[in-house]
Amino acid sequence: MEIQLQKVCFSHGNTPIIRQVSAQFSPGKFYGILGPNGSGKTTLLDLISGFIPPDRGQVLMHKTNLAALSKKQIARTLSLVSQDYYINFPFSVEEVVMMGRHPYINRFSQPSKIDRDRVSKIMEDTGISHLKRRKVTELSGGEKQRCIFARALCQETPVLLLDEAFSNMDINHTLHFLGLIKKMIQKTKGTIICVLHDLNLAAAWADEILFLKEGEILAKGKTREVMSQENIELVFNVESKVEFNEYVQAKQVYFKSK
Amino acid sequence: MNHPGEKEGSNKPKSSLKQIISGDYFLWMIALFSLLLFGMIMISLSMGYISIPMGEISGILVNRLFGNMDMTTPTAETFTAVIFDIRLPRILTCAAVGAALSISGVLFQGILLNPLADPYTLGVSAGAAFGACIAILLNLGATFVSVPAFAFTGACATLFFVIFLSYSSSSKGSVSGLSSNNLILSGIIVAAILSAGISFLKFIANEQVSVIIFWLMGSFASKTWNNFGVIFVFLVIGFIIAIYFARDLNLISLGEKAASSLGVDIKRITLLLLVTGSMLAAVCVSVSGIIGFVGLLVPHMVRFVTGPDNRKLLPLSMLVGAFLLLFADTITRAVLPHEIPIGVLTALIGGPVFCWIFKRSRLA
Repeated sequence: MEIQLQKVCFSHGNTPIIRQVSAQFSPGKFYGILGPNGSGKTTLLDLISGFIPPDRGQVLMHKTNLAALSKKQIARTLSLVSQDYYINFPFSVEEVVMMGRHPYINRFSQPSKIDRDRVSKIMEDTGISHLKRRKVTELSGGEKQRCIFARALCQETPVLLLDEAFSNMDINHTLHFLGLIKKMIQKTKGTIICVLHDLNLAAAWADEILFLKEGEILAKGKTREVMSQENIELVFNVESKVEFNEYVQAKQVYFKSK
Repeated sequence: MNHPGEKEGSNKPKSSLKQIISGDYFLWMIALFSLLLFGMIMISLSMGYISIPMGEISGILVNRLFGNMDMTTPTAETFTAVIFDIRLPRILTCAAVGAALSISGVLFQGILLNPLADPYTLGVSAGAAFGACIAILLNLGATFVSVPAFAFTGACATLFFVIFLSYSSSSKGSVSGLSSNNLILSGIIVAAILSAGISFLKFIANEQVSVIIFWLMGSFASKTWNNFGVIFVFLVIGFIIAIYFARDLNLISLGEKAASSLGVDIKRITLLLLVTGSMLAAVCVSVSGIIGFVGLLVPHMVRFVTGPDNRKLLPLSMLVGAFLLLFADTITRAVLPHEIPIGVLTALIGGPVFCWIFKRSRLA
């Protein structure tokens, strides 16, 4: 699924959050969005997911305007792991993961065998099968995040939006999930758009990177091209050293305290 | 790569009552509480100032249903009058109010993402009480219709004012423009103002103050078939709307963004369910006064049994709410030497029960 942003603008009241952003996301690729706090990363994802409509410009999903698609069509096109994973009611982990199947289940139907198989397969793949019967309200932050991540994967959409989806996972789970979704998009030609804070994870996993600052894209392109001292200094205002690391087989960034 | 999570795999499996009951057992619970409710209606019919034997009741009911009205004895005639003119309308109104308050409670807890919300969170009860006070004070209560009508108008006006107050067109933090914090806060403010207004009305009411106080505490005494009809219509419509959107209500508990990405039209559904829940509460309050704790407590207790899935929670809460409120009303009507206001009784029973549940869930 190809996604195009055409001169998209969005503001809260009089504060512009996203200014004239144009970008294109192609199938089969993993995009990393990097930028300082308040640079509009989450808002950009909200615009792509149709959660908020742009003030100006448009979001095209496979050449169709997002606003013209029904809620259900969007739910079958994109899935989201949002930053906020707090769940107030004691649903079981299995119930929460099953919620990812709702765009495919009729309002008054029971989940079919396909739905149930999909849910148990995903729980197995993401390593949360043992939590199946636990209540989400009793889980740790990282476990909860894995649970809602699994829910999004269950939605089986060609586009996966991740908003700091690894923020509470330990490194083992982070790498496992990254490996899982990377393999998935290679197989299904899906698209991943992932907001990250960890530059080194982005450098190692993303095919392309967008640097966002004050609602504008400062740099975008292939990871090995845009991941540079200059860009990092420009965007984050920190000094760094960027070099190719043999062990990771990717560029890595090192920082020195000021 | 190792399968992550295996190191935590030995977590003790928690087999709880909830698991056993959920699934197929849900239908059994529905059947059980339907039976209990029916039994309670029969028991309640037989109890009171004149006690009517069960056999007699079923005879009279069957007679009425199949239309052969051969009332032979004068006692049978009295019994028929007592049942159809006095007890049955009261009992059915009471059960319907219990059901409606419970559904309303489920809806509010679901939308406001707060298991401690109740039908009166948005100040509906204060609005209804204020409306009723005005009607009583201006002595409009001479005709029986106007007090409920005023109460209902007050409740609706309050609801729309609270929604207006908390609505913001800027989508910051909440796409629906109705964040639960704003709603709760607006509800509290408006209710506080109205309470002060009620106190003032009581202050200037002189001899009518006792009428106001009695009305505020809630009662099912002398309810008519009309009252039942009104509540029943609201209950049926409310239940249909609620159960239709029950699944969306489940998804809303994942948070607005997640729910939206799963295809839920947050704005529309939040507003619709909010109005549905408030209307149910408003019609209840206007008919029977302020009856607290049912809408808070029943969904809370039922959630222990069904889990938080609103598709199960709604129907079972409805039955349990009807059963419990009828139970309480039967106690105050037929068991206690003096009828005490039902609102007081539910608060006196419900409050401590709630404390216990609350403390227990903290400890667990």
